Amino acid sequence: MSGAYFQRDRDWHPPALTPGYKTSVLRSPRQALLSMPTTPSEETGPVFGHDVLGPLDNDLIRNFAKDGEAIGQRIVVYGRVLDENARPVAGALVEFWQANAGGRYRHKKESYLATLDPNFGGCGRAITDAEGRYSFRTVKPGAYPWPNGVNDWRPAHIHFSVFGHAFAQRLITQMYFEGDPMIGQCPIVKTIPDPAAIERLVAALDRNATIPMDSLAYKFDIVLRGRRSTLFENRMEGN
Amino acid sequence: MVQRLDYLKESPSQTAGPYVHIGTNPNWVEITGVWKDDLGLVLVGPETVGERILVEGRIIDGSGALVRDALVEIWQADAAGLHNSPTETRGTADPAFAGWARQPVSDADGLFRFETIRPGRVPFSGGGLQAPHVTVWIVARGINLGLHTRLYFGDEAEANSVDPLLNRIPDPVRRATLVAPRTERDGMPVFTFDIRLQGDGETVFLDM
Repeated sequence: MSGAYFQRDRDWHPPALTPGYKTSVLRSPRQALLSMPTTPSEETGPVFGHDVLGPLDNDLIRNFAKDGEAIGQRIVVYGRVLDENARPVAGALVEFWQANAGGRYRHKKESYLATLDPNFGGCGRAITDAEGRYSFRTVKPGAYPWPNGVNDWRPAHIHFSVFGHAFAQRLITQMYFEGDPMIGQCPIVKTIPDPAAIERLVAALDRNATIPMDSLAYKFDIVLRGRRSTLFENRMEGN
Repeated sequence: MVQRLDYLKESPSQTAGPYVHIGTNPNWVEITGVWKDDLGLVLVGPETVGERILVEGRIIDGSGALVRDALVEIWQADAAGLHNSPTETRGTADPAFAGWARQPVSDADGLFRFETIRPGRVPFSGGGLQAPHVTVWIVARGINLGLHTRLYFGDEAEANSVDPLLNRIPDPVRRATLVAPRTERDGMPVFTFDIRLQGDGETVFLDM
């Protein structure tokens, strides 16, 4: 039997109100969160079968191709989904989305002057294997200006959405690239108070995993909440 | 020094940003041909057991403005109170009811709307049953970590009065922010769940 999910460390995550990221000012609750141990409503969650995936779902260089491949620096992004107990999370749906090599998103509300790439959509997904591994290939996204300060730019980043085994583990985050000098300047990165936590979102260049004469590789592991194991069974039900 | 605990730290959250739909609802933002259907659009089919209901609402920021770029996910039990999940330990849920759905709020009117069924009651770890509820999770530009809340049903007063979560909210005004009033439209019950992120009538958000 297993028990409740570990409490989230909300000093490690970004707080809701982070005025340097201006949109958070009106979209952050002012009241304290209500806490309660997880119940079956949070300890269960949707799980997606491999039948939802198409053969090119994890290949952003080709999954929107019209008359060629996406333009940009070809990369492989790979990693594992683990929980806080360091156990692999198998069968986890990982979704990712990003701008193209010039920093332009394919979204109807986006108006940045950098051009769209006719062969790049920007979305992908994968389901982790028995060891919690996922991988995809794409082009490295470009930096992107945004209306926060008068001259704020996002570092190159890929958004990740992850489903574990329980709705309590649901997480959306962003992956950054090793060595990018803009990471330390970004108001969204800086919503995270602890530099050690920021490092956890920076993917490492992995020369051993590159495909020679083809693609560089970055490693990005994702950690979801862990679950208590019941050492002594004090209750016969309710776990 | 003491022995080290070997736990990993959870990956820190970041905002989903304004273009979350590229990854979650690509067809909705006209990125077509990558995958056939966006995930999580339909909850209920002809085989699904349970009373059909509509759940709808809007998300309102601290200035009273509608949040039009949010993504809303819901997760709930089936009519018998079981979840369609491998981690459900109490039995097998209705296979015709996924229990999970997600939708971008509409650009035009800022509404999210789910056609679903009324969930059954789910036990509480301390014993007893929780009132019927739907887990609601919101991400958007400006929200650094997904906001988790619950919808309870306005016509379940008796169950709501003994619900362990609702009873943790001492202020009846705040408790009422989680209880969606019932109306009817074309003979179907409609539960309206407006979510106020900040200020007057601020919705209760959960740390669970």
